[in-house]
Order: sequence, then structure tokens, then C-alpha cells
Amino acid sequence: MRAGHDGLPVAFFVQEDAPMLSRQWIHGWLLLLPALAFIFLFTHIPAITTIWNSFQSTPRGRRPAQFVGLDNYERLIGDPVFWKVLVNNLWFALGTIPVSIALSIAMALFVNRAFAGRSLVRMAYFTPTVLPLIAVANIWLFFYTPGFGLIDQVLGAFGHGQTNLLGSPDTALGAIIVVSIWKEAGFFMIFYLAALQAIPPQLAEAARIEGAGGWTIFRRITFPLMMPTTLFVSINAVINAFRLVDHIFILTGGGPDNASSLLLYYIYETSFRYWDTAYGATLTVVMLALLGLFAIGQFFLFDRKVHYK
Amino acid sequence: MLANILKGAAAAAALAITAAAPARATDLQFYFPVAVGGGAAEVIQSLTDEYMAANPEVKIDAVYAGTYQDTITKVITAARGGNAPQLSVALAVDMFTLIDEGLILPFDDFITSEEDRAWLDSFYPAFMENSQTGGKTYGIPFQRSTPVLYWNKEAFAEAGLDPEAPPATWDEMVEMGKTLTKRDANGNVTQWGVRIPTSGFPYWLFQGLSTQNDVILANADGNKTNFDDPAVVEALEYLVSLSTEHAVMEPGIVEWGATPKAFFEGQAAMMWTTTGNLTNVRANAPFDFGVAMLPANKRRGAPTGGGNFYLFDGSSDEELAAAVDFIKWITGPEQSAKWTMATGYVAPRPATWETDTMKAYAADFPAVLVARDQLEHAVAELSTYENQRITQIFNDALAAAITGTKPADEALAEAQAQADAILAAYR
Repeated sequence: MRAGHDGLPVAFFVQEDAPMLSRQWIHGWLLLLPALAFIFLFTHIPAITTIWNSFQSTPRGRRPAQFVGLDNYERLIGDPVFWKVLVNNLWFALGTIPVSIALSIAMALFVNRAFAGRSLVRMAYFTPTVLPLIAVANIWLFFYTPGFGLIDQVLGAFGHGQTNLLGSPDTALGAIIVVSIWKEAGFFMIFYLAALQAIPPQLAEAARIEGAGGWTIFRRITFPLMMPTTLFVSINAVINAFRLVDHIFILTGGGPDNASSLLLYYIYETSFRYWDTAYGATLTVVMLALLGLFAIGQFFLFDRKVHYK
Repeated sequence: MLANILKGAAAAAALAITAAAPARATDLQFYFPVAVGGGAAEVIQSLTDEYMAANPEVKIDAVYAGTYQDTITKVITAARGGNAPQLSVALAVDMFTLIDEGLILPFDDFITSEEDRAWLDSFYPAFMENSQTGGKTYGIPFQRSTPVLYWNKEAFAEAGLDPEAPPATWDEMVEMGKTLTKRDANGNVTQWGVRIPTSGFPYWLFQGLSTQNDVILANADGNKTNFDDPAVVEALEYLVSLSTEHAVMEPGIVEWGATPKAFFEGQAAMMWTTTGNLTNVRANAPFDFGVAMLPANKRRGAPTGGGNFYLFDGSSDEELAAAVDFIKWITGPEQSAKWTMATGYVAPRPATWETDTMKAYAADFPAVLVARDQLEHAVAELSTYENQRITQIFNDALAAAITGTKPADEALAEAQAQADAILAAYR
């Protein structure tokens, strides 16, 4: 069956074998239906309702929602906490994405060689991915605890005083970033490892005969050939930078004074703690727009530089 | 053969169901939070089981719903989805929010007899301040608390202080704190003088300080706050000075959850925390400790805190009447005494303290009486409309001052302006 650009079979309009083709047509749509139903139910309809809710006031008790136009957006522009969490989120993205990608490439290169205990190291790198973030956040909370936490016990052995990484506005976001990198890098490593193993070894051998050093081989051969993976991983990393907030609940609760709060965490607080659902929807629209923008940017700009085989 | 067995089994099952059904006419769902260490959840479950054993026609499903924060989120979500529980324990301060959302019913609707009226009037007035508004009672005090000062008697003796004399005023707390703060050869602190945790909900312990400075944070109607009052600013400056000027407390945000542990580990010689931790401290402190009222400044003072029983709209009158009956039973003197002994929460009715069980317990462990006696100095916990948001604004201001990002007066003036903007709609 040939399909037209809009998904309708081109042959649909041909009269002679119409009964058979229309049956195929129905068959095709029926096959698509479950996936379509779910994507509409859980993605498109909620997105549209969110946009609609952002133009309404929050219903409370006996006061139903009213159409308020752009009021919620005006409030957003004047909301210092919104700007604070947005800036935090940009720092969070800048802090986590490059480091976790660089770290995952380094780990992948390391475990791509043959050495004793290789599978053990691979497993160790991947373990953080398997563990639930809430559980590991509780472990990290112990690491960070001032006085008797692991970090302070180790530092104390060297005569260093108490730290309060989570309780100080200068370091709280950094402490959160470290946990996120630790959590993510192992996951990205798996993709890089797969990419590395798909690169024919002859290329590196040929380059070596030509006299190229290890760094040149990485820069001119390995890294460019891994670009599709880098694109995929960076898209995931960007999404995660806006999506991973579980550990904030455990570690800081967004504090002190919103120093470690991120956009999604603020959306949760607004919608499910203050029950200001209309403003929560407005914040969500901003998040959707941001993610849409990043995705478009990555696919259209970054994609050109990616070398596919 | 097999078919017969199946038929027989089905018939037996049907019989069992029909036999059980009339005995369990009323199904209730009951959410409760746990905010302190120790086995609080098991005690709630065993009390519920005890009630069901005595009242076979009622089945109560007691659901542990996490922290106070989680519980209120779960209960509002369930109610909005049309599946409200019949009853729940939730923060007393969320009363205005729950009324505003139209989710709860006043207990007055289910009070019929003289005896019921007497029950409603039998709670400590300090606890009823956060439970009544507009002449109606929306909350029944249950796991109510108040912050108290715990001190490490061994550390006091070691520092040359009288181990039986806790600080009675702000100045004494600073002076004793200085004596108690120990440093090693490198100048690093190994023991802080005092620990007032400031993570999560710093407003609560701070309200101890503001009350002692003779100022209230919000009016009784829940629609006006006094965050920028000079006395509030002064109280915040005192809190900040503990870790800056006087250096008797760990700087930065001090974690609430790790506070009892820090006390047990000897990291802090005095701590402010809820009386709900009393049993936890008694079981785990490896040294002799004392419990005292919070120190005074212009007056003695502390907020009340903790959870009330609420009755949720959306169930039949029989179910709600059964829920009220359960609440009456569980706040009864003997049950309440069990709960107080298991946790340290303040029994909310004088009658509980009159039971033999409680008298014997208090004779053996007089610390349990401190929180009760402090009630006469206690005030209503900060509670307003849109309570979670208003307290978060206030928490952020406190955190900004504590971490030194803003001076106390500026942070509080900003918080007051934001609170005014929200509460104007409720005046």
C-alpha cells in the first residue's frame, strides 16, 4: 500500500479495486488506532488542555474558573521566583549536559578496551541508572549531611571543618548537579559504548599507519563517527535537565530561598502544593515551549553537522 | 468432579461474603501522616484495629499517607477526583485552605447530644485556636505538638554549667551556647551550643521566637499577616545572630530531619524540636537529657503545631457519623494516653492527663509534662488562606535572611508585600 503524505493511501481514489483497498485502508487505521489513542490521550489532549487552562483563573471551592486572557502570563513575567527557577534551570542544564556527556565518553572509551574485570566496571558505571532517584537521593543526603555525613567525615580526617553544601545558597544547586551527573553519565555511556563498537577498527588502524596519535584518532575519526549518538544523547540530556527533579524533593525542597529549585519543581509546588492549577498550567506552557524550541533547534541545526553512514 | 468442587467453592465464597457483608455495613477510609521518628504508624494501626474489634459493623482502612505535605496533597487530589476519604489527619494550619476548597465539613453538623457538645468543649483552648473559625469547629486536635528545648545534661556538666538549669531567656541561651560550643585544635567546631533547624518549614520554630518577642504572625481570620512588624524583624535578627555574631549555631540552613541524630551524636548540646520527638529521644539519646520550655524574651511563648482530624464532604451521613464516632473514641482518654506515650505528642484533653496510665507515666518521666505546661503560653500556629503558599513565601524570606542573601528587614518587607497581594482577595 502506498501512502500519501497525509497518511491516506494514494490508491484510495481509484474506483476499480475500491472494496479491497478501502478494507486495507480501514485495516491500516485500525493498526494505528491504539498508538494514536494513547498519544492523543496522554500527550496531545493534556497539552491542549494545559494551554486552555493557562488562560483561565484557578477554580476554588464555589468559585468556578473564569476566562482571564493573558493575566496569568502577566503574573509570570512579574514573578521573581519564576525567573529565579528559570535561571537555575539554565545553570543546571549547563552544569549537567556537557559534563555528563564528556564523562560518559571517557567511561565508554575506558571500558571499550580489554582488561581484567571489564564487565564489573561496566556494571558499576551503569548501576546509578538502575537505582531509583528517590532512593539514591536519600543516600546522597547522608553524604552531604553536615557534621557526621560521609563528606564531612572524610574532610574531617584531613582537619577540614564542617561543610553545609545543601544549606547554603552558593552550593545547593551545585550539590544537586553533582547527583544528576552521577545518575546520568552511566546511562549515556551505554549508548557511546554501542557506538564505539560499531566503528570499524580498520579506520583507526589505517590512521595509525599514517602516523596519527591517539588524540587525533579520537578527534578526527572516533568522535565524528559517534555524532549521531551525541545528537541522541544530547537531546535526552536536555530533556532530563528539565525533567529530573525527584532528588530535589529529598535533598533541599528547592531551598534555601529557591536557590536549588528548578522549573518542573516549581510547577509541582504551584499546582499540587498551592493548588494554583491555572498558574501551574501557565508555567507548564513555558516548559513545553522551551522544550519544543530546544528540540527544533537540535534537529534542524545540529543535525546538519551529524555524519550518518 | 472438578466442576462440583468449583461450584462448592463458589457457594462457600458467596456464603462467606453474604455472612460478612452485614457485619461490615460501613466502610471508612482514614488517611494519616507520620512526621516523627519511631513507630507512630504501627500505633495508629493498632488503635484502629482495636476500634474495629469493638465495633464489628465498621471497617476502617487506615492509610499511611507520608509526610504532612504528602498527606494534604493526596487528600486534596482524592477529594477533587471524587474519592475523598471520610476522615483524615492533616495539618491544623491547612484548615482555611480546606474550607476554601470546599472539601471539609464542620463537626457541629454531627453534634447532637449534650454529651457530644461537652466532648467538643473538652480540648485545650490553645489547640482549638487552629481548629475553629466563624463559630464552627472544623478540626479535632489529635497529633498536636509544640516545640520544646532538649538539652544534653552531660555536655552541660562537662562545660561547667549546672546540668539541671536550662536557659530561661534568649540571653542565657547565647551565653550558655558560647560555653557549650567546642572547637578542636584547627578551630573547627566539634560541638555547637544550640541547634534550631531551619530547613523545610523554618516558620514553625521561628514562630517560637516571634511569640517570645510578643508579636503574632497572622490574624485569627487568616487574611492578614504581620511579617514586617519590627518585633518580627528583631526576632529574625536574633536567630541570624546565633550563627553569625555569637557563633553558637551551625551557619546556613540547618536540616530538620537530621536534628535528633545531631543531638544524639553530640553535635549540638541543645536542640529545638517538636515534643513529638520525645519518645524517639528517650529511646535513642545515649546520655542523660532534659526537656524545657523554650526560653523567653519579652514573654514565654511557642506555637502549637501538628495535625487535626478533618471530616471530608462527599460521603453519606451514616458514614460521616461513624467517622465522628471513631474520632470521639480515638481522642478518648485511654487511647489518647497510648498515643502520647508512643510518640510524645501532647494529649489534647485534660481528661487524658487524669488517667492512671498517664499519671504513672508522667511520674516516671516528668519531661512529658513540659509541653503540656507550655500550652498556657502557646499561640495558634501561623495559618492563613492559601496557607501553603503564604508560609512558603515566609519560609523563603527566613531562608534568605538566615543564609545572608538579604537583610532580615528587607526579606520580611518583601514577604509581607507578596502575602498582602494574595490575601487581599480574602478580606
